[in-house]
Amino acid sequence: MRRYFARKVAIYLLTFFVAVTLNWLIPRFMPGDPVLRMLTRTSVSNPDAIAPMREYYNNVFGLDVPLWRQYLNYWAELLQGNMGISVWLFPAPVTEVILDAVPYTLALLIPSILLSWYAGNKVGALAARRKWLDNTVLPLGYALTATPYMWIAIVLAWSLAIIAGVFPVAGGYSFDLQPSWSLVFFNSLIQHWFLPFLSLFLVAFGGWAIGMRNMIIYELEADYANYLEALGAPRRLIRRYAFRNALLPQLTGLALQLGVLVAGALVTEIVFGYPGLGRLILMAIQNQDFFLLQGAFLFIVIGVLIANFVIDIVYVLVDPRTRTGMTGGAA
Amino acid sequence: MSDLAPAAREEAAPAAGGEAVSAPAVPVAAGPVAAAQPGARRTRDALHFALRNKKVVGGGIVVLAFLALGLIAPLFYDYGHSEYVGPQSSGPSGEYWFGTTTFGQDVFLQFVHGIRSTFLVGLLGGGLAALIGMTIGFVAGYVGGLVDEALNMLTNIVLVLPALAVLIILHTYIGITSVPSQALFIGIFSWPWVARAVRAQTFSLRTRDFVDLARLSGMGSGAIIRREIAPNMSSYLFMTFILLFGGSVLFAATLDFIGLGPTGVMSLGLMMNNAVHWSALQLGLWWWFLPPGLGITAIVGALYIMNVGLDEVFNPKLREM
Repeated sequence: MRRYFARKVAIYLLTFFVAVTLNWLIPRFMPGDPVLRMLTRTSVSNPDAIAPMREYYNNVFGLDVPLWRQYLNYWAELLQGNMGISVWLFPAPVTEVILDAVPYTLALLIPSILLSWYAGNKVGALAARRKWLDNTVLPLGYALTATPYMWIAIVLAWSLAIIAGVFPVAGGYSFDLQPSWSLVFFNSLIQHWFLPFLSLFLVAFGGWAIGMRNMIIYELEADYANYLEALGAPRRLIRRYAFRNALLPQLTGLALQLGVLVAGALVTEIVFGYPGLGRLILMAIQNQDFFLLQGAFLFIVIGVLIANFVIDIVYVLVDPRTRTGMTGGAA
Repeated sequence: MSDLAPAAREEAAPAAGGEAVSAPAVPVAAGPVAAAQPGARRTRDALHFALRNKKVVGGGIVVLAFLALGLIAPLFYDYGHSEYVGPQSSGPSGEYWFGTTTFGQDVFLQFVHGIRSTFLVGLLGGGLAALIGMTIGFVAGYVGGLVDEALNMLTNIVLVLPALAVLIILHTYIGITSVPSQALFIGIFSWPWVARAVRAQTFSLRTRDFVDLARLSGMGSGAIIRREIAPNMSSYLFMTFILLFGGSVLFAATLDFIGLGPTGVMSLGLMMNNAVHWSALQLGLWWWFLPPGLGITAIVGALYIMNVGLDEVFNPKLREM
């Protein structure tokens, strides 16, 4: 088990290292001069004005020292939590801007991931058992999982918010409220949260239901299932064993889907104008706020790595093979 | 089958999870018999069952219909997809089948152009990802040892790195100017689960008798992978490509929607971006934002259903279901 964790943690640390290095490398070594690009975007034509601006940007990027120093400086700043100053929300530090947005994104992601995984697995397992349910769940599941996240968000916003008027269309809370610990504010939060949550939930749910249904069918073909059946074990018992075995790959699948789910949350937030990381990234793109984008990138990487680690721990809890040092979890 | 099943089951998870495949029990285990059988015969058998499978035929018809629409329909227009040709914000009519945007652009024309780029990005992005994933999977699984360790490390890193986040950074500095370059970026970041699955299957095949025999007869590693190992999982590889195709399409739609798509090219994601940006939802211009999403869902959904059908074709055990 120690080896299992050591291996996992090593991979995550290495991934973090790669991500930070990429983040440092891309602006510096990509074709084209980022400073020049930034300067041309400001559309200042006076050459006298450009020289000091270029100097300023060189200084901001820390481009006036040798490369290896730049790299070490970058790490040093990063480990102190300093990711630069946002251009769009000048002069707010990037870390602060992002930390304000992260709770909203997490509030969407965590419940939708957990609930869709749970419900999808339950429904998928039921579907593998009943013909009529299978015939409805399967096409529905495939349609849902093939739906782009933003489109389901658009459809929900249009139908339930604009036409039916049941839910608010945009924002994290009502515009006439200030964030506070009151019941009114909390109520408003929930109302604005529900539709983005629902659209994330629906798409993810389809994928899990299909995955579970297919896994169960394969499990029921396995030797142990046939053997139990030959022994005359009740079908319920066999199903239960199949379900447990099918859960493990579904758990691995969850880890692998994290990136897709985060991407889904980002576009869903954009549709609903939800004040999380997705909207922040959109604003950063539109305002050419490079530091904010790079900061958001690192936050997403860190979040995904932590989530992966949590799933690894859960894996150890549910799969005894990893505990006894056998090669259970796909390393 | 027993020696393959656990590994394959474990590795098939990524696909089974969100991307909906049920691939593990592809007839890899057919082993020597299959290898001895002439390839043409197997292809004919597969075709025989495929044409009698409702899911394969139905899914295939939908995909081909969209492909034809995307290829042919734009030819009948003498104006561009972004030109202001019609009345503003008018609903579907005989002249403008899907209505017009707030600027008087033809939504149907945008839609068919979008379908074109959808297929292009799926084909190129999915193809590239399949190529990288299979190469790495074959090499890692067949060569083993240190090479395997190194490739495994690489796979795991790309696997946990959130692709969209990396692409956002890449895009802001490089810029994506065409559909093929977008497909290139997507391909580079969506291969890891393929590499893992292919590696696991290669691993179980490399110790089979027929592979040993090929090695004894002096065949090179590359030839063994190409002629002995790959054909034994060809059905799985094909289904993998279909999944990657669908994944690329969804990924590209996400990028286009954020506004990181190729410039000057109409895509279904960009249509949704424009619709949201110009308040089509509030103005009730449903003909602007419903078709692009429906198009993507129909194409990707049809591909997934086709995949289920193909699974039944290649895996006789599932046919009775």
